[in-house]
Amino acid sequence: MNLPENLKYTKSHEWIRVEGDTAVIGITDYAQESLGDIVYVEIPEAGTELTKGDEAVNIESVKVAEAVYAPVTGTVKDVNGDLEDSPELINKDAYAAFIYSIAMSDPSELGDLMDAAAYKAFVDAQD
Amino acid sequence: MKTHVNQDANQKAAAGFSGSSEILPAAESRTSFEASRAGAPGYRFPDADRPRPVSPPAIPAALIRRDPAALPELGEVEIVRHYTALSRKNYGVDLGFYPLGSCTMKYNPKLNEDAAALPGFNLLHPLQSDTDAEGTLELSGRLMEGLCAVTGMAWGTLQPMAGAHGEFVGMKIFRAAFRARGEEKRRRLLVPDSSHGTNPASAHLAGFEVITLPSGPDGLLTPESLNPYLDDELAGIMLTNPNTLGLFENRILEIAEKIHGAGGLLYYDGANLNAVMGRARPGDMGFDVMHMNLHKTFATPHGGGGPGAGPVLVGESLIPYLPFPVIARKEGAWIRDWNRPESIGKASGWYGNTGVLIRAFAYLLSMGSDGLKRATDLAVLNANYLLSLLKGDYDAPFGGPCKHEFVLSAKSLKDATGITAMDIAKGLIEHGIHPPTVYFPLIVQECLMIEPTETETRESLDRFVSVMKKLRNLAESNPEELHAMPRECAVGRVDEVKAARNPVLSHMMKMKRPE
Amino acid sequence: MIPYLPHSEADISAMLERIGVSDIDDLFADIPASVRLSGPLNLPESMAEADVFRILDDLSRRNAAKLLFLGAGQYDHVIPSVVNHLTGRSEFVTAYTPYQPEISQGILQALFEFQSSIAAITGLPVSNASLYDGFTAAAEACAMVLNARRKSRIVLIAGTIHPFTKSVLQTYFGDLDVEILEISERPESRGRIEKAVLAEAVETAGEELAGVLVQTPNIYGALEDLSGWAEMIHAAGARLIVSANPLSLGALASPAEWGADIAVGDTQPLGLPPCFGGPSAGYIACTEELMRRMPGRIVGETLDSEGRRAFVLTLQAREQHIKRERATSNICSNQSLAALANTIYLAAVGPKGFAEVSRRNIEAAGALREKLVGGLGLEDYTAGAVFNEFTLRIPVPREVWEAPFEAAGIASGVWLADLDSSLPPDLLTIAVTEKRTASELERYTACAREALK
Repeated sequence: MNLPENLKYTKSHEWIRVEGDTAVIGITDYAQESLGDIVYVEIPEAGTELTKGDEAVNIESVKVAEAVYAPVTGTVKDVNGDLEDSPELINKDAYAAFIYSIAMSDPSELGDLMDAAAYKAFVDAQD
Repeated sequence: MKTHVNQDANQKAAAGFSGSSEILPAAESRTSFEASRAGAPGYRFPDADRPRPVSPPAIPAALIRRDPAALPELGEVEIVRHYTALSRKNYGVDLGFYPLGSCTMKYNPKLNEDAAALPGFNLLHPLQSDTDAEGTLELSGRLMEGLCAVTGMAWGTLQPMAGAHGEFVGMKIFRAAFRARGEEKRRRLLVPDSSHGTNPASAHLAGFEVITLPSGPDGLLTPESLNPYLDDELAGIMLTNPNTLGLFENRILEIAEKIHGAGGLLYYDGANLNAVMGRARPGDMGFDVMHMNLHKTFATPHGGGGPGAGPVLVGESLIPYLPFPVIARKEGAWIRDWNRPESIGKASGWYGNTGVLIRAFAYLLSMGSDGLKRATDLAVLNANYLLSLLKGDYDAPFGGPCKHEFVLSAKSLKDATGITAMDIAKGLIEHGIHPPTVYFPLIVQECLMIEPTETETRESLDRFVSVMKKLRNLAESNPEELHAMPRECAVGRVDEVKAARNPVLSHMMKMKRPE
Repeated sequence: MIPYLPHSEADISAMLERIGVSDIDDLFADIPASVRLSGPLNLPESMAEADVFRILDDLSRRNAAKLLFLGAGQYDHVIPSVVNHLTGRSEFVTAYTPYQPEISQGILQALFEFQSSIAAITGLPVSNASLYDGFTAAAEACAMVLNARRKSRIVLIAGTIHPFTKSVLQTYFGDLDVEILEISERPESRGRIEKAVLAEAVETAGEELAGVLVQTPNIYGALEDLSGWAEMIHAAGARLIVSANPLSLGALASPAEWGADIAVGDTQPLGLPPCFGGPSAGYIACTEELMRRMPGRIVGETLDSEGRRAFVLTLQAREQHIKRERATSNICSNQSLAALANTIYLAAVGPKGFAEVSRRNIEAAGALREKLVGGLGLEDYTAGAVFNEFTLRIPVPREVWEAPFEAAGIASGVWLADLDSSLPPDLLTIAVTEKRTASELERYTACAREALK
């Protein structure tokens, strides 16, 4: 399983890269693998305010629609516009294709996230 | 074996197999829009005795259409050939075996089509008076009486147009009943993990919180699994019995007792009613509300996806909440009762898919009490016969006996050969047989859900078994060949990813899009 | 003996033997005795085909066959013969939902053509493969606009939409955190909604407004002038849903021309008999912006493994059977066969015939309206433009009005108070389609004259 060490992870299979006060968010390689060919990603507009746990993004593959939840509270900063026309970028490299980023209002929430080892243990327990 | 080969060829020819290259010229895959021919004669509307106003009605310019609708221009002969050609690229029950689990693809009697085509039914307007509509209202009332006799319920509505529509209406009735009791906080609805996917969706849309209950290792629900939820927030449970694995929930009375004891209600999803007609009734099992799928159990045609009919039936105490108008008897005549102050409201615009209800009533009369029971008996016999013949070749996770359907799994086959349930499905298509439901229920891996129905002969079942065995052998000897199937249809396996990533949903979208 | 149940007794014995049980009853041993039915169902015994047909034929004759001037959503139109013949082909009739595209290209392509036809008449590019009826289509459209705007919870509906649509909306949204607010007509607006009244309601709703639903022709038969509506609604961040009788779109402005985001309606006028209200189908079309919120079955074009053009059900990910409790709609079927009839109807009439039949409806209604309003002096509630129905105030009691029509076998119109008891009891909506002849209109006028004597 491809799990970069420098990222943080959630139980709903998102990865988070912390850049100062910004959390950059995508879905894990495990998640893209289980979704299969992704056909559409619905991303909130920059400026949208999100509370930790809000449904932020909808990802659709041919057979499944899954929500991606906001892992932290804050305001949507950047969105990956390339995904609009090329959602398959997530299938190609789930860690290169970020989906959106959040300007965090409470970085202490990061403490709830898992590191690579903990996420691996979590996924192994799922299977 | 030779007979089988011949049957293959016949069925394929009948279904327009090997269509694109030989039988059907390439031009026939054009849409009607692409086949449009400027100047083709259109339909001629009546000329005789045509009414004309003295002064043409004045319509403000802003209200007039500017861009004419870009519909295809075709002559009558072209239209007949176009849609006849399309029909030949379609597979229906009239062409062959259709063991699609959970869908009850039984034969659709022709008599029922004749009955539904009667002009006295067809030209009746929904706002004609009860006196004008005497025939259709009596049919509706007598159909409802028949449905109640089959299910053991007290009364119902014919408005819902499909099973999922019925579920939604049933959930609204739950809500209305709790409101009347002052128990609005009952929002927690239990749904087993083997349920039809529409169950949780319908409950959710009516404002319930859905809790998924795990099935036990034997595929059945245990009354004990309900224990954590038996409180004053419990709304109830939605069940299919037999369940989607084809197994009868044999502890249903204990389940009903627990749910009722906690103040909840039981909903019966009638999708599998073909398994128990004349043998058991949901009303006797403790269910309070249910829907029937007349397009399954009562042999009305599926029509390529609809129209169906999903009447909802309820126990005595829930009658006040039925959608209005309710079919009722007044002074010997059948009427529409609109005065229903506690009703949930209208479920659809009129009174349901009446054309489908006429067919269902004809079926009810034809079958009678003896025929409905025999239909169930033979449906269950056919399913158990198939299961007994196939369980050596495919995994049968729940053994037997089953009811009207059963599930097999291609899990071992996949592990050994890489051949999936989908490959088996496509292999069946290659042999002129409609595949079973695949990948449902979700709790069985590589699931093939098989429902033969009562209208198949033993010979037809034997042929299915021989093809299934042949495909199993092919999976081992030549999986590549199986992967490539089907090769003899109008099209091969289609690119669903392309369809969903760059949707082309109409001729207009296609024209706008640079190729 | 039931001809549909093919087993011989020998078949049954051999099959039981193979299964390893001695009797069919053994296959039901898992049903607890306490719920097993002991006697027969309380129904008559089975019957022969011809006996059943006689009963059905008798019932059908007990419906009154009347000359219909009834509308309010269902109409008596001319149906080209090709429609029923082609729709009745059993390859279409006896097929299930086209989950297996290899052997379902026929219905898939036909539904793609349905979607294309709906796109052509509404002017909106995205259509699904049909919904239950026009009433539930309006509810699905409201769900779409609610989901499309974050945190919205209000839908404004024109007070002039069909009362049954209002009831269906109440059923669909009554238990959810959604407000359906009605915009009223003013008495002097002659059965139409004014833009100024709408503007006020839009402003009051503010950011919670998801969209506005309006119907034209409306319940009175009157045409709503929607000039400037879309601009105003869009400026408020909401969306416009236009419900339209599809047959009116041959002559009258399309939802796209009004700037609508979603168009809905009932397809009964397009080649389907009234049949007491069903089956027909609901149509729904939208802009590309809303495409992925479209509920129900949708057919798309794609390629097969060998690069040939193919059709397939698509955008299924949001479908309830996959998304389960996270679904935004629970619909998982459509009215395929009705939609097929609509498709064949529209192909049969073609673009010229579609415009022609639409104009003929306007003319036919105009001809009767002239006789009743101009000739007999009845008050026209819907003064102004209409399509194929109009509403009059009837100055005599209902029984007096109806007596001569009843004697002549004519259904004279829909009393609007029957649909909504809050409407004045003297309003009668009269529908006149292209199927009505000049002499039938004469008969109508003669009855009216007698009633008013």
